[in-house]
Amino acid sequence: MIPLITGLGLFFVRSESASKNLAFFSTLVSFALMLAAVSVWDSPHYLVYDHSWLGALNSRFHFALDGMSKLLCLLTVISFPLIIYGTWNNSYEDSNRFYGLLLLSQAGLLGVFLSMDALLFYFFWELALIPLYFLSSRWGGERRIPVTIKFFVYTFLGSLFMLIGMIILYNKAGQSFAYSDFLKLKMSANEEFGIFLLLLLAFAIKMPLWPFHTWQPDTYEQSPTPVTAVLSGVMAKMGVFGLLRWLAPVVPAATYQYGDNVATLAVIGMLYASFVALQQDDLKRLVAYSSIAHIGLMILAVFAPSFSGIQGVMIQMFSHGINILGMWLVVNAIEQQFGTRKISDLGGIAQKAPALTLLLVIVALANIAMPLTNAFIGEFMMFNGVLGSTATKFGIAYAVAGGLTIILGAVYTLRMIQRVFYGETNALTANATDISLNVQITLAIIVVAILVVGIYPKPILSLTEELSQQILNRMNLK
Amino acid sequence: MNGIILSAIFGVLMMFSSILTSNKATIRSLAIVLCALLLAGNIAEQSGWVLFHVNTSGMLHFSSYGLLFNSIAYFVTLLYFLLSARDIESVGINAAEYFALLFFILAGVAIVSSYDNLLMLFLGIEIISIPLYILTGSDKRNLKSNEAALKYFLMGSFSTGIMLMGITLMYGAKGTFALSGLTETVNPGRNAWYISGLLLLLISMAFKVSAAPFHFWTPDVYDGAPTVFTAFMATMVKAAVFIGFIRLFDTAFPASGQNWKLVLSVITAATLFIGNVTAIFQQSVKRMLAYSSIAQAGFMLFALYSYNDLSKEGLILYSLGYSLATVGIFAVLIRMKDYTFEGFNGLARTQPVLAATTTIFLLSLAGIPLTLGFFSKYYMLAAAVKNGGNLWLVFFAILCAVISVYYYFRVIQAMYFKTGQAEMEPVNAGFRWTLVGMAALVILLGIFPNLVLQYLYF
Repeated sequence: MIPLITGLGLFFVRSESASKNLAFFSTLVSFALMLAAVSVWDSPHYLVYDHSWLGALNSRFHFALDGMSKLLCLLTVISFPLIIYGTWNNSYEDSNRFYGLLLLSQAGLLGVFLSMDALLFYFFWELALIPLYFLSSRWGGERRIPVTIKFFVYTFLGSLFMLIGMIILYNKAGQSFAYSDFLKLKMSANEEFGIFLLLLLAFAIKMPLWPFHTWQPDTYEQSPTPVTAVLSGVMAKMGVFGLLRWLAPVVPAATYQYGDNVATLAVIGMLYASFVALQQDDLKRLVAYSSIAHIGLMILAVFAPSFSGIQGVMIQMFSHGINILGMWLVVNAIEQQFGTRKISDLGGIAQKAPALTLLLVIVALANIAMPLTNAFIGEFMMFNGVLGSTATKFGIAYAVAGGLTIILGAVYTLRMIQRVFYGETNALTANATDISLNVQITLAIIVVAILVVGIYPKPILSLTEELSQQILNRMNLK
Repeated sequence: MNGIILSAIFGVLMMFSSILTSNKATIRSLAIVLCALLLAGNIAEQSGWVLFHVNTSGMLHFSSYGLLFNSIAYFVTLLYFLLSARDIESVGINAAEYFALLFFILAGVAIVSSYDNLLMLFLGIEIISIPLYILTGSDKRNLKSNEAALKYFLMGSFSTGIMLMGITLMYGAKGTFALSGLTETVNPGRNAWYISGLLLLLISMAFKVSAAPFHFWTPDVYDGAPTVFTAFMATMVKAAVFIGFIRLFDTAFPASGQNWKLVLSVITAATLFIGNVTAIFQQSVKRMLAYSSIAQAGFMLFALYSYNDLSKEGLILYSLGYSLATVGIFAVLIRMKDYTFEGFNGLARTQPVLAATTTIFLLSLAGIPLTLGFFSKYYMLAAAVKNGGNLWLVFFAILCAVISVYYYFRVIQAMYFKTGQAEMEPVNAGFRWTLVGMAALVILLGIFPNLVLQYLYF
């Protein structure tokens, strides 16, 4: 896995217009490597890299691929080529820098998912953030500068709190940053609670959990669409991943004890985001709020845990990444063609662009969790899990509220489709053409992935089965 | 010992060089060569090859810690000469004298990093300060420079008086100037003298490192002094006083039998707060950097607050990381025509290399991972967490670090995301390469800080 990450940095220096091709090629190589890692080289010998890094601090350069990291790395390496290919027709000034930074963020994301050492994790956590900050500020919309500094300050604050939490854990674990040592810790309730809060803050800002979400709609709106796709498709999963790897197993008792509070916040966030999404006239903001609602459900399932719920989160992390990517690509195609994202300015595209409409409808249906699509599996399992969870007394209330957001989700998604794609064409959309081949292919791949996972989710479920069980074992200890 | 003697000799050499030649290029090259020799001499001493054997009667003690710091100081000064030697010359007509004064400051730095006697501390601080008063006022025709020099001189003498007073009281209590002698109780009933003496010493040192509430001179002096000398003042001088400060914590502070944590935590919090919050409102990058140097001093105070192994290592890293970054930013700033934030607008277009390296330095100052600045801050925070107890100060520091992101990123935003024509004086290839090398070093050490720290334990 290492050549992948180091190799990526090199593309930074390429200075031709061919950078796009190179970037695409590089993401394909990582994809191939990742596939090979999952299928051919599936043994600890290849998948673990452990090397001493900071002697005095006893922090090690330790990467390992377990079920959950495999899943999320797969998501990352699938998303990036699709994003680059799907937005092939966008042109950016200084495109070499644009794609170089995009690849750097990919390296950071992969590092986050692979790290088995807390300090290393923190390193990559920030490494993923910084290129995205530059991408958004350099190539974003009009209000990009204040918006992205807000985004950066928010997440940096969270990260620093996490760092303090990690340092405390490091001292408790006998001067070791290793994940395996963190798992062996036994702490008093107060200590666990303190660390729980510190770590949760970082993850909550990243996901984002209501009420820490205020940076998110603005940033999603102002960022260039490929970056938004990375932010919501992959980076938001960093937060959920953090919960499952660094929070729940490390401080199980506090997670159990205070889970209800977080779950309630998640439910409030879901309802809030759904209602706000109903009112949005901007496509990007609409998708951004729908993303808050979906992530909220995952948070709910993590904090009202059961085996089915955790498994649901795993599969939903993957599915949501794919689905939201599809949504962003459609938004991008529309924006590139019409120069606007306002729902009220658009209409009747379906007559002119049947392929786009067909593909979008499937993605949108997946987004609202229709049966046969991937999100159905995930959301069904999560609801099942929340209802059956022994950790919370409010399972039914949560599930009802969650169900309401699904209905609201259907309302705003379908209404968006209705107003943008059907109805009368207007002056703007009268001369619309269908999407180009590359977007068609990309969306088609996404649709295939949606259906495959929706019909036969077993490979993914079996990938993470063992790990979900481990997390639960840790939590039910007390 | 090599450091002190060589830098004093080199200072004298520099002074005489102006008699022998008036060619500025010769003087400049001579200064760079001498500084390189100085660095080599100190590294030689680190590996046990002492050139001068002088009986200091226990007044000086050369620990590996102090020597490592000297190496860092000389190394950064070398880089500073390489980057800014031309600007030093263009301050006034007496180029050689400026270099001579800088060498004398380095001699003072070496004394402060290895004193074992309060008198030597006093001498070292004075050897550092007096050339600085001159350098601050070296732009003779500039009213601001004169005002800054006068202000600095008055305030500085005042704090020197306080320091002497403190040392005297401590002598009265213990009957000795030696640090090692302070642990023995000699004169009964005079502990109050000792404590008040130490408090006065603390105040005067806090003045030198511009810790709040003794920081009022800093913005004006940093702003008024010629920018090249501000760069030196804000980095090596400040770091050296910190090294001197932390040596006091080995013996003098524990010997008082009092707990200094509360005083220090208040000073630290106030410094962090004032530095960071005031920096937000600045319109000039130079003044912003002055306040940021106060804020960074707040972080370095953490090393004193949580005095342990980790914090001593951290202080070394911090002084290196902070000095490299600040010297680099100042070197670019000197060449700018307009010192305001707007003056940086669009620098990435006209000077991509300078903009990129400045960005790395700013990220390092903000403490973003992958740069040396991250590890320096990490060590400071980890040292405080390790001691347990007062975590509120750590959280307060985090908030301040987040605030600092705001004003450091304003420069980045101006360079990259705003359009404009940043005007600057021409720069040559050597200048660019030095900056690139420094930026590479910041990143390299940001990934492997051990490269520096391992020298501590030889």
